[in-house]
Amino acid sequence: MSIQDIQIKVADAHSIGNINAILNEIATHLGNLVARGDNALIDLKSLPFSPDEYEGLRAMLGRGEVTARLDSIGDSEIYETHFPGVWWVTHYNVEGDIVADLIEIADVPAILHSQWEDVRTGLGRLRNILSQSE
Amino acid sequence: MSEHETLEQRLSEQGVSRRAFLKFCAALATMMALPPSSASAIAAALSQAKRPSVIWLSFQECTGCTESLTRSHSPTLESLIFDMISLDYHHTLQAASGHAAEQARDDAMKAFYGKYLLLVDGSIPLKDGGVYSTIAGRTNLDMLEEAAKGAAAIVAVGSCAAFGGLPNAQPNPTGAVAVSDIIKDKPIVNISGCPPIPAVITGVLAHYLTFGELPALDELGRPKAFYGETIHDRCYRRPFYDQGKFAKTFDDEGARNGWCLYELGCKGPTTHNACATTKWNGGAGFPIEAGHGCIGCSEPKFWDAGSFYTPLSAPAADVASISQAAAVAGAGAALALSATDRAKRQQVQQSREKLTLEDLKGN
Ligand code: SF4
Repeated sequence: MSIQDIQIKVADAHSIGNINAILNEIATHLGNLVARGDNALIDLKSLPFSPDEYEGLRAMLGRGEVTARLDSIGDSEIYETHFPGVWWVTHYNVEGDIVADLIEIADVPAILHSQWEDVRTGLGRLRNILSQSE
Repeated sequence: MSEHETLEQRLSEQGVSRRAFLKFCAALATMMALPPSSASAIAAALSQAKRPSVIWLSFQECTGCTESLTRSHSPTLESLIFDMISLDYHHTLQAASGHAAEQARDDAMKAFYGKYLLLVDGSIPLKDGGVYSTIAGRTNLDMLEEAAKGAAAIVAVGSCAAFGGLPNAQPNPTGAVAVSDIIKDKPIVNISGCPPIPAVITGVLAHYLTFGELPALDELGRPKAFYGETIHDRCYRRPFYDQGKFAKTFDDEGARNGWCLYELGCKGPTTHNACATTKWNGGAGFPIEAGHGCIGCSEPKFWDAGSFYTPLSAPAADVASISQAAAVAGAGAALALSATDRAKRQQVQQSREKLTLEDLKGN
């Protein structure tokens, strides 16, 4: 008997019902963004998914126009879904494990903004270079 | 170890940007099971955090808890242990042995008296003067009592330290007891599980490090953020339970379709733990995802609670009333489920959010 002989059927991803709950949650937050400009975050690691539903949710949300990659203590992938204002933010550590997996409802995900501490440090570096070349 | 250096200073010396630090805090929020919006509060608290000294004592145990922690992924043990805490004694992990090892423990206890965090895995045997488990010629009881005196708090790692665990199972030949049976005058956190989820161990350490105090606990001393809900509450097979679709054997049609494992003895409805969402092996899955019911390893006396394969005697939730509500609302059972789950989750989230704010005020 080979492994192919073991009959395993994958249950239909959309029949279980967990995806619907989260889409409802996203719709509520997106409504708040439209009405009041409120940002929101959903921690995907805290939600129950069947093995297929995670991919199902990805397929359902699709990909929009913007993708960004952050190279900082491991990669992060940030992209806008097919629904403007709904971003999928996945942080990896240096070993490539997912350390945070979030849906962010915002016009721009917070992590993409330049941080003032970093901007100040960068300005210092730039002035340093200029002073050395004078 | 420089005692006064804060985490933020150390990171900026290493050229880690503020943005990287925020990413790290997002990962911590996930790990501590706090609302993701608390990342900026965590960042504020963490930038001032000092590195606490940790002493880890292993008693009557199988080393599975240490294995669990050293196989943990997020954030890596390496970054956590070496950057965030100072592990001054752990007799399985440390390089020193014999007198030098015991000396390291003595030194750390003196230097950080009243301030160190004491981690304990394993139960403590009391029968026959505690002779069944000794280290360097001293009984576990003796060593625990001494180390507990100077501890700021104690973390009982694993079901053995938390509840007595397997050594405590009938007929308990060594008279094994939990840490909380012996130490009465120190705050104790129980991180139960056989073994406990590594991210829960690190999550509690991170919470202590971030907020300078222990997280909110349930009536069994377990952190609510991880043990506030049952496996059943967060199980992805739950819609099948609500639809009454159960696997009857491990190889029938229902099992292949991934239906609920309740009738095969799943203890998910009475077990409080975070496996269903935090998962194991870097997020690869958890027992129910592999087709085996939960055995309830994070509950007291789970070993003596009957067969792992006998169904629990009564359903944990009133299935009929849930489906009635669904019918009235004109929605599917899955939607009704998400509504009940959501209400429950909100309760838990609220108690957690309260905790966070209080913690921050205290800082
Ligand atoms: S009984 Fe077990 S398998 Fe079924 S829904 Fe509850 S936790 Fe999941």
